[in-house]
Amino acid sequence: MRTDNSIDAAYDVAIVGAGPAGLAAAAVTAGCDLSTILLDENAGPGGQIYRAITSTPVGGETILDRDYWDGKDLVLDLKDTATHYLPRATVWNLSRDREIGVSVGGQAHMLSAKRVILATGAMERPFAIPGWTLPGVMTIGAAQTVLKSSGLVPEGRVVLAGCGPLLWLCAYQLLKSGCAIQAILDTTDAGARRGALRHAPEFARSHYLAKGVKLMAYVRRKARVINRVTALSAHGDGRLDSISYVGKSGALERMPADHLLLHQGVIPNVNLAMSVGIPHTWDEVQLCWSPTVDSFGTTPIDGIAIAGDGAGIAGGWAAADRGRLAGIAAVRAIDPHRAGLPDELAIRRDLDLALRGRAFIDHMYRPAKVFRIPTDDTIVCRCEEITAGQIRQTVAIGCEGPNQLKSFLRCGMGPCQGRLCGTTVTEVIAEARGVPAAEVGYYRLRPPVKPITLSELAAMPQTDAAKKAVLRL
Amino acid sequence: MFRRLPDNSGAATLTVTIDGERHAARTGDTVAAILLMSGARSTRVSPVSGEPRAPYCMMGVCFECLVTIDGVGNRQSCLIEVADGMRIETQKTRREAGK
Repeated sequence: MRTDNSIDAAYDVAIVGAGPAGLAAAAVTAGCDLSTILLDENAGPGGQIYRAITSTPVGGETILDRDYWDGKDLVLDLKDTATHYLPRATVWNLSRDREIGVSVGGQAHMLSAKRVILATGAMERPFAIPGWTLPGVMTIGAAQTVLKSSGLVPEGRVVLAGCGPLLWLCAYQLLKSGCAIQAILDTTDAGARRGALRHAPEFARSHYLAKGVKLMAYVRRKARVINRVTALSAHGDGRLDSISYVGKSGALERMPADHLLLHQGVIPNVNLAMSVGIPHTWDEVQLCWSPTVDSFGTTPIDGIAIAGDGAGIAGGWAAADRGRLAGIAAVRAIDPHRAGLPDELAIRRDLDLALRGRAFIDHMYRPAKVFRIPTDDTIVCRCEEITAGQIRQTVAIGCEGPNQLKSFLRCGMGPCQGRLCGTTVTEVIAEARGVPAAEVGYYRLRPPVKPITLSELAAMPQTDAAKKAVLRL
Repeated sequence: MFRRLPDNSGAATLTVTIDGERHAARTGDTVAAILLMSGARSTRVSPVSGEPRAPYCMMGVCFECLVTIDGVGNRQSCLIEVADGMRIETQKTRREAGK
């Protein structure tokens, strides 16, 4: 593995994202002697699930369990290959002819690849509640990130709210870190619970069961869990000081809080994939946009594949297998006679095991409508401070979709480029118009998909032909 | 605020400044992590309302953690590691010319 900043003009395979899918894909392609570059925005490999796997100050298995440490093997698998691993590299462009624009250390570069594998993973689903822009409110994943990477835990009155496996895992990890959790507000939807029941037998045979039971039992013993929460707001003047919620009793309750950690599942990180024109469809079960891919992650755009949670949420274990399959497809496309590929059938068998129980989780933790389609006074677009009420008013005067909404409200046009509002905007408009989300669509995304300074662009090496094309003499 | 768990990793200690005040950090910390520990009230203000904002996602998607680092504005502090002597400034106005 090399990690220098001298980027070649062309590679056989370029992989974006060094989480489980990207690491596993690179191990396959580089292991088959294809020149492979692995680009990642973070300082170290692992993505979000194995964040700081090579550098975390949190040792042992008390806080971070064996499932986390498994991530080490994925990094080890790359060590002996010739992969060009480039951390701190921000990919801001991908074209249909597989030209990648990337910035490293304030310097922009272009590179091309015969095959591109997007392993950009997932992000936490937007959780728009009144007051979610206040300092003191952050995602549960954010708290877990600083725990893994720096060994930091929140101090003071800590409240967790939401639903999904990560909520229980992070609550467990915080408690094991000595963090006192004041309360956990469980927003799991009663209707979703019923819908999940038919998937329970399969879940009972999955690896999720034992771990889930252990985590939830421990957390329920150590922290106050408030069930069936159906409304939630954060309050404070310039900083969170309290929260209010409606629980089983139906009464509005208030609770002081210094930290509110929110989570209601994860959704694919779609920006780069959408910007290159990969079609996405609305997933009615997972309630998010998912790209069109085959079982190797191959997309309709020639030579571009998506692996891992970016191709639809299935978890970290599955992501590594999906990365391997995308890697195999890349090797077969570039070097069809190559022998010694990993055993595809064995990978697919392992993937089946990894996927067992997912249907239950997908149904069980479908976030309640009230937390996906917020009340009028709730900010949906954090960057431009656009409320759900403003969006509904705009729909009422004839605005049909997210792109038109930009012209009216600048909704989705701030620095996050729609990442934190896009899914909510689709659902708010769909509900207001009384049409399916699929019909409403998503923001049209264009490069650069991450901000880049003019000086970075200007410093990019140019060919004489490119200079002549724009010079007027 | 956030506090650091007892750390036996042996990571080197270094010093950064946040709005001119000195703070200890460790190699491998992100700027946003140090801001969360420092007690800084916010990373930036919303350019629309002027309301304070703080890190929300810690993974590079929300852009709430934008700060000025060594004179360059609007840097994603959750993606940037601290370096010894780094000057970190929270963004207190809507726009600061020249940054």
